[in-house]
Amino acid sequence: MAVQYESTSPIYLQLAEKIRRQILRHELTPGEKLPSVRDMAVQSSVNPNTVQRTYSELERMGIVESRRGQGTFITENEERLETLRDEMRETQIASFVQGMKEMGFASEEILSGLTTYLNNKKGESNQ
Amino acid sequence: MIHLEQVSKHYLKKAALSDITLSLTPGTITGVIGENGSGKSTLLKLMAGLVRPTRGSVTFDGKPVTRRIASHVSYLSEQETYYPFYTVQETIDWQASQFPDFDHQIAEEILHFMNLDPEDPVKNLSKGNRARVKILLSLARKAPLILMDEPLSGLDPMVRDSIIKGLISFVDLEKQTLVITTHEVDEIESLLDHVIAIREGKIIQSISLEDLHLEEGVNLRQWMNQTYTSSTRS
Repeated sequence: MAVQYESTSPIYLQLAEKIRRQILRHELTPGEKLPSVRDMAVQSSVNPNTVQRTYSELERMGIVESRRGQGTFITENEERLETLRDEMRETQIASFVQGMKEMGFASEEILSGLTTYLNNKKGESNQ
Repeated sequence: MIHLEQVSKHYLKKAALSDITLSLTPGTITGVIGENGSGKSTLLKLMAGLVRPTRGSVTFDGKPVTRRIASHVSYLSEQETYYPFYTVQETIDWQASQFPDFDHQIAEEILHFMNLDPEDPVKNLSKGNRARVKILLSLARKAPLILMDEPLSGLDPMVRDSIIKGLISFVDLEKQTLVITTHEVDEIESLLDHVIAIREGKIIQSISLEDLHLEEGVNLRQWMNQTYTSSTRS
């Protein structure tokens, strides 16, 4: 079935985000070859031009490398992948904090709420 | 590629299309959307050289489009156009005999991809499989321009999904340009580079999907609702 895409951001960026998350989860590993543009397009039910843009965008960010005639590979530059992890954490936190601030929560409340939540989660998973 | 310059098409006194100017970007997939009777099919037939403009010009690589454009254009009709007494394989062979750009190997691959049995008589096929055969006949040609009139219409979600996947797998956008008319905007959205919205024979919008997402912040269905209500008001 077709993958659902959100309406608010271009599909090529959403696909890039999905690949970045797969890298963080180690579903894609350094040096691993990405599917060809067409295979990725079929898997994700998107236009091959869109996948091409996604790969170009990831290459511009230094996350993948395209090797002429061979395809597109996840970078083996561990340092770059480490900063990717930091960037994505930062982005996620920024959007969470913005949402909390919009609802009028102060920094201390956010922090204490987050700590309580994480402790409860930990308790649940220990059971 | 195809260019329409101030094209109008009248059937008797009724205007099907008025004052259409558009160019297709090579290597892209364009969706033509609009209500029934808005002129979508007429637009495709003009591009295919199947009808002649009442006014204006339709050109392909600078040359006027006539019936002979058929060798450059693979046109999938909304109607069912094969012989019911043929088998799937005979239908394929017949199509191949009509178009020198027909590629048997691609036909074979699509046959396999779509799980079609070449020995089945076309008249015994389910509606979904008849739609798949039409897609096969259209995509197995190495024509620079592929026009598909409502390829998803009236099909169940499983069949639509397999047809969309088939399109992505077998269209060669380095050499081909695709135009699809459709109502199924939700499913086709991630497939399109560009969308043209038609209402009562006029283009009311022509926009890239990227601009739609980035600048308007809406998906195709939301945008259609906005566009069609505002054009009613004006």
